[in-house]
Amino acid sequence: MGSEYVVSAPPHIRSGETIEKLMAWTFLALSPVVIATIYAFGFYAFRTIVVSIISAIATEAAILKYRKMPIVIKDGSAAITGLILALTLPPKVPYWIPMAGAFMAIFFGKQLFGGLGHNIFNPALVGRAMIVISWPSIMTSSWFTTLKELDGITTATPLAAFKAVKAGTLSLDISTVYKTLLFFNRGSCMGEVSALLLILGGVILIARKVIDWRIPVFFIGTVFIMSLLTGNNGPFNLLGGALLLGAFFIATDPVTSPVTRKAKVIYGVCLGLVTILIRFYTPNPEGVMYTILFMNAFASLIDRYARPIKYGMVKAK
Amino acid sequence: MPEEIIIPLLQHIGAQTSPIVSVGDRVLVGQKIADSESLVSAPVHSSVSGEVKAIEPRMTKEGTKSQSIVIAPDGKQEEVQFKGLSGEEALDPEKVRLAVREAGIVGMGGAGFPTHVKLTPPKDKPITDVIINGGECEPYLAADHRNFLEFGEKIIDGLKIIMNTVGAKNGYLGIETNKIDAIYHIDKLVASEANIKIIPLVAIYPQGAEKQLIETILEKEVPSGGLPSDVGALVHNAGTAAAISDAVRLGRPLIERTISVSGYGMAGLTNVRAKIGTPISHVIKECGGFKGKTGKVITGGPMTGVALFDLSVPVIKGTLGVVVFTADDTSIPNPRSCIRCGRCVDICPARIMPNYISQYIEVDQIDRADDFSVLDCVECGLCSYVCPATRPFIQLIRHAKAKIMAERKKEEN
Repeated sequence: MGSEYVVSAPPHIRSGETIEKLMAWTFLALSPVVIATIYAFGFYAFRTIVVSIISAIATEAAILKYRKMPIVIKDGSAAITGLILALTLPPKVPYWIPMAGAFMAIFFGKQLFGGLGHNIFNPALVGRAMIVISWPSIMTSSWFTTLKELDGITTATPLAAFKAVKAGTLSLDISTVYKTLLFFNRGSCMGEVSALLLILGGVILIARKVIDWRIPVFFIGTVFIMSLLTGNNGPFNLLGGALLLGAFFIATDPVTSPVTRKAKVIYGVCLGLVTILIRFYTPNPEGVMYTILFMNAFASLIDRYARPIKYGMVKAK
Repeated sequence: MPEEIIIPLLQHIGAQTSPIVSVGDRVLVGQKIADSESLVSAPVHSSVSGEVKAIEPRMTKEGTKSQSIVIAPDGKQEEVQFKGLSGEEALDPEKVRLAVREAGIVGMGGAGFPTHVKLTPPKDKPITDVIINGGECEPYLAADHRNFLEFGEKIIDGLKIIMNTVGAKNGYLGIETNKIDAIYHIDKLVASEANIKIIPLVAIYPQGAEKQLIETILEKEVPSGGLPSDVGALVHNAGTAAAISDAVRLGRPLIERTISVSGYGMAGLTNVRAKIGTPISHVIKECGGFKGKTGKVITGGPMTGVALFDLSVPVIKGTLGVVVFTADDTSIPNPRSCIRCGRCVDICPARIMPNYISQYIEVDQIDRADDFSVLDCVECGLCSYVCPATRPFIQLIRHAKAKIMAERKKEEN
């Protein structure tokens, strides 16, 4: 039976929010960081980012084709994975590192689970973890500068430097470190080039309601408070390392984080606690990326115990 | 006048009526043409004078054919003699219930539950609060607004009749704050009524849903699986209240109602009184016809309404309106995997989790969906509205609900 009118199930109006728009806004929010990192690290940064994004998209397209699924790379999710992966790498890695990382991120981290929406662990972090395990020496020796501004310090990252200061093997002026971290830090992963720009990006995402404020606020808040309580430097632990990048852009990945508001609060606090545990009570100076991977495994579990109380859970008269 | 008036025998929740007229009979305006012995049912009346042309299955909004009485109007609009109750009789609950039943009144907010049944609350659950629902059912619809302005006195009279019939102390009129003229108008009318209050409502969907309205006005929640009478409340649509007044005072049956005609695909946006049985195509013609290339014609509102493929479907007692979209406004969603963003969970007025529920239903784990309270869903459609993956929550949930109810019925037998 033909009809000239379109028939579909309700609702007949939509908010107009789409996966593409969410991904596009994430790109936009990260763009100041990307520009700054290219400014700071030049061709290295540019090469790593481009190779990573292209490899991620190519892997996604190839696997979707093999699975005979619609090739939906225009949803932008593979590109975001590529970009995030690049931002967690040191700038001077050889070109094949982001290539291998992006492949493993999409293949093992995402498509083996069933593609967008089905993966348990954040794909970019899966890729990163596999590179770190496979080529540890490259990952620890590819820093651009080793805090040259701070004369003669040869530790890798600011957090490592801070650990050295605490241990008494290094002395330096803390305010210089703050300025570096806030505005322009060349002794870090590519995505940590400027704390200020990361915060700006996070605020954009929250204001545009791309992400919920609860995970980043409770994550960062817990790290800050617990740093103070354990006798460590609060502001430094907030600005140094991968906390801001992780809290605003990685831990908030909707697919791998909990769904309910209550669960997001619990998740944020747990992320903070595990980060503190790794930073202060293990030999590792930094633990944000492993923390997020670890907590990813609990996202659905937390959801299960933090369901909203449904309407009408009152006793009948 | 349209060429034919199509009056389905089943326009409500409950038992279908049987015709009490035959093909070839002449009927008058307001004449009862079908009735049922069943307790939960409501008779139907002719809205025109004319000749019964056929009694046959005709298309309904559900997309299936249903037994209907088809009348060819003669244009004379001769009425039967209506007789209302006297002032004294109108205070007798039994007489009021009978008058409401005989008038064929059903809930006019869409659900279409027979009103006389709602006016007979169970003895162990006394009603203390009666709420008149003026929170428009959905965006694009404004029939309640018009009803308040045109039939304010009747609505308040209807409210008083309901309160007396069920023995309620308090009456509330919920009116949305963006209809300030209606609030002023009604406020003047109830100035002298000590136990009737106007409650201004924020115009937010789904404010017009019964349970949400009770939550807002009485600050109580109806227990899951329960009825408003569990918290001593009774909710009636504003149009229903006016119809009750007509039935009791004048003896006039429910043969016409206010409907909204809107959407960018319509030439004119308006609220009209439509006779029950008028084909939607005729309503559209009378309201100026389509504008631009028509994409979708919806009976009801854009959130829960039904898209029509056949415009001969008639206006029935529960029809809220007609919304027409242009082809440009019309898109067919392309559902994708859930990305677990949680927007549906945040917005759900029943506070259930549409994301998990829809995923369980997709893999046919209906019992898990039941565990996640799929039966508490009010089918407002907000989850699909906000979903960036445009997932088909409502279809999946209706599928699961039907399966669960069928299963339970089987267990009972």
